[in-house]
Amino acid sequence: MFSIREAKWLAPQVRWFIVEAPRAAARHKPGHFVIVRVREGGERIPLTVADSDAKAGTITLVVQVIGATTERLCSLQTGDAILDVVGPLGKPTEIEKFGHVVLVGGGVGTAVIYPQAGALKDAGNKVSAIMGGRSKPLVIMEEELRAACDAVYPCTDDGSYGYHGFVTGKLQELIDDASDPVNAVLTAGPVPMMKNVAKVTEAKRILTIASLNPIMVDGTGMCGGCRVTVGGQQKFACVDGPEFNAHDVDFAELTDRLTAYREQEKRAWDRLGEDPEHKCKLAAAEKELAANR
Amino acid sequence: MKPAERMKIPRQEMPEQEAEARAHNFNEVNLGMSAEAAKIEGERCLQCKDAKCVAGCPVGVDIAGFISAMVEGDLPKAADIMYDANVLPGITGRVCPQETQCEELCVRGKKSTPVAIGYLERFIADWARENRTKVMTPPPPTGKRAVIVGSGPAGLTCAGELAKKGHDVTVFEALHKAGGVLVYGIPEFRLPKKIIEVEVHALEQLGVKIECNVVIGQTYTIDDLLEKEGFDTVFIANGAGLPVFQGIPGEHLKGVYSANEYLTRINLMAAWMGDDSDTPVIRSKAVVVVGGGNTAMDSVRTARRLGADPAVLVYRRSRSEMPARIEEIKHAEEEGVKLDLLVNPIEILGTEDGWVRGVICQRMELGEPDDSGRRRPVPIKGSEFEYLCDVFVEAIGTGANPLLTQTTPALTTNRWGNIEVDDKGMTSIPGVFAGGDIVRGGATVILAMGDGKGAAMAMHDYMTKGG
Repeated sequence: MFSIREAKWLAPQVRWFIVEAPRAAARHKPGHFVIVRVREGGERIPLTVADSDAKAGTITLVVQVIGATTERLCSLQTGDAILDVVGPLGKPTEIEKFGHVVLVGGGVGTAVIYPQAGALKDAGNKVSAIMGGRSKPLVIMEEELRAACDAVYPCTDDGSYGYHGFVTGKLQELIDDASDPVNAVLTAGPVPMMKNVAKVTEAKRILTIASLNPIMVDGTGMCGGCRVTVGGQQKFACVDGPEFNAHDVDFAELTDRLTAYREQEKRAWDRLGEDPEHKCKLAAAEKELAANR
Repeated sequence: MKPAERMKIPRQEMPEQEAEARAHNFNEVNLGMSAEAAKIEGERCLQCKDAKCVAGCPVGVDIAGFISAMVEGDLPKAADIMYDANVLPGITGRVCPQETQCEELCVRGKKSTPVAIGYLERFIADWARENRTKVMTPPPPTGKRAVIVGSGPAGLTCAGELAKKGHDVTVFEALHKAGGVLVYGIPEFRLPKKIIEVEVHALEQLGVKIECNVVIGQTYTIDDLLEKEGFDTVFIANGAGLPVFQGIPGEHLKGVYSANEYLTRINLMAAWMGDDSDTPVIRSKAVVVVGGGNTAMDSVRTARRLGADPAVLVYRRSRSEMPARIEEIKHAEEEGVKLDLLVNPIEILGTEDGWVRGVICQRMELGEPDDSGRRRPVPIKGSEFEYLCDVFVEAIGTGANPLLTQTTPALTTNRWGNIEVDDKGMTSIPGVFAGGDIVRGGATVILAMGDGKGAAMAMHDYMTKGG
């Protein structure tokens, strides 16, 4: 059982957790993820580790509600516990001195780029971060990124905050600025966004690393469910990745494979909606969010 | 009873669930012998002075000994004799290929049929699980600490044998439940999870500590275990958990599974329970599985139980070359599985939306023998045909998962990534031993157990005598 030290809403449907997971915390490096199982009978899902405190033995998880499992997870409070947490998994981000690195995070992808920011800064890079959200409340972790980066550019689709437009629009502006060339881009977020980031950087052949998010089961390379095609070769995102050279990734295939369980996901969501025990927790969570606003 | 009388007794049958019914449920197929039938079968044993059967048992069970006690009606004694050699009899009694091990060497096999040693082992194990009150207690602690990587059959056996000697044993398991392939690979209808839980619990009562959610190679390295965590010796038993894909077009399509993924979703994650488990699996009306071993059998029989009709197994060689147990093949065919042999898939076809819709296969014929000594399958030109299916499972073997070996450069491996060991099971790193599929490649539960037991003896010597 892995205790939740702290749980709070960062945005509608986006929750922040500090979880007691001393072993994962001790070895965590930026880029690592964990696999989590909320309860008995629950599925195993991958979640990026946004931060860690080896001394305190804790890891930080940022979770967006996108289905029944994340919904159940986000209904947990401080003092509750997650049944299983295993990690750190995956290969950590390859931190080098690139020069000027632009991190591009969409939605909860911002939680992926946050730990990379600090490490890149420590390695002597100039670090700019672009975070996107549909509207102001969905742009997360701005304060944390401002503390870790040289420049921060929040973007909103509806113009309610920061740059009005997609993250790729802002990225193109930075790339076009001849006075401050971009040497590398790291990106994480929805697949269409990462695909478009790769398109934008391709013209100038800027090194672009994407953190992929296929469906996973074990996370240790034994099932092949997370297989992705990179440079025409089959790779397992859980052990060869999750980060890959974005210009080599078959994003169309990744997008398609993510839809394999749409039907079952919808059924699970509907079933959860009818679960009386869950309805109770949901009401409590909504109250908390309203109070935070 | 005189030997001549014993020779007249026919081999007792194992009661089974009726085929049509069991093709649609996940309950155990073999129901276990009754006490009466077990006694009769036990009387068939000639109690040979120089019993040949024992040499065929990788863990050295005193076969004539436990059978004799059982026939006398002293079941506690039979259980004691069994557990002395084998800490997981409920498992081996169900999944061991006795027909190629102990039973193959039984002298009765020459003139009639061998003693059903496996069925009797299962009988004693099941009796012990329900009735045995004796709890294995460990001897006084030696103060030595051993760590085991992996809670599959090799790891559990090694742990049990070391604990019996009073050593402090910790088992680290990557998944969230103990058992390894026993729990993710072998289906409920061949090996109920409850049996594993009870046998693992017995090891915990012996003092073995099992910690799940720890991946050696990620959470800790082998060096961490020896230097920082202070263990005196290590047994690496992390299995051959790397799926092998054929490398044919279409493997990215939705509905293509490695047998590892298919079985892990259904067994470990209980997707067979349908909506009662949160883990989904694609249930299909038409399933094709490629492979000829027990894993392929498990996959196609599982697909059948999830509603597949037809459930087809294709294999590029012939029936006599299939590595699967005869019993599994027989059960599969009774359950309505169709075996199409000397057939090899060459391309998976998909719909516009990226779902599997069929697989193109080629017919094969047998040519000259290859490296394995078996006749090599050769494609017959122009024999291509198509199987319609929406789930395609590849069960063509597993390789060595590199997660641990790649963070332990001092560990010598062969070109397939299997760990090399000496005749005591020790690797190139002093004090670090290995066994099971990570050494052998995909093999059997009982061979893994034999490795675990052998390594435990060597590790005991290493810790107490320094080598």
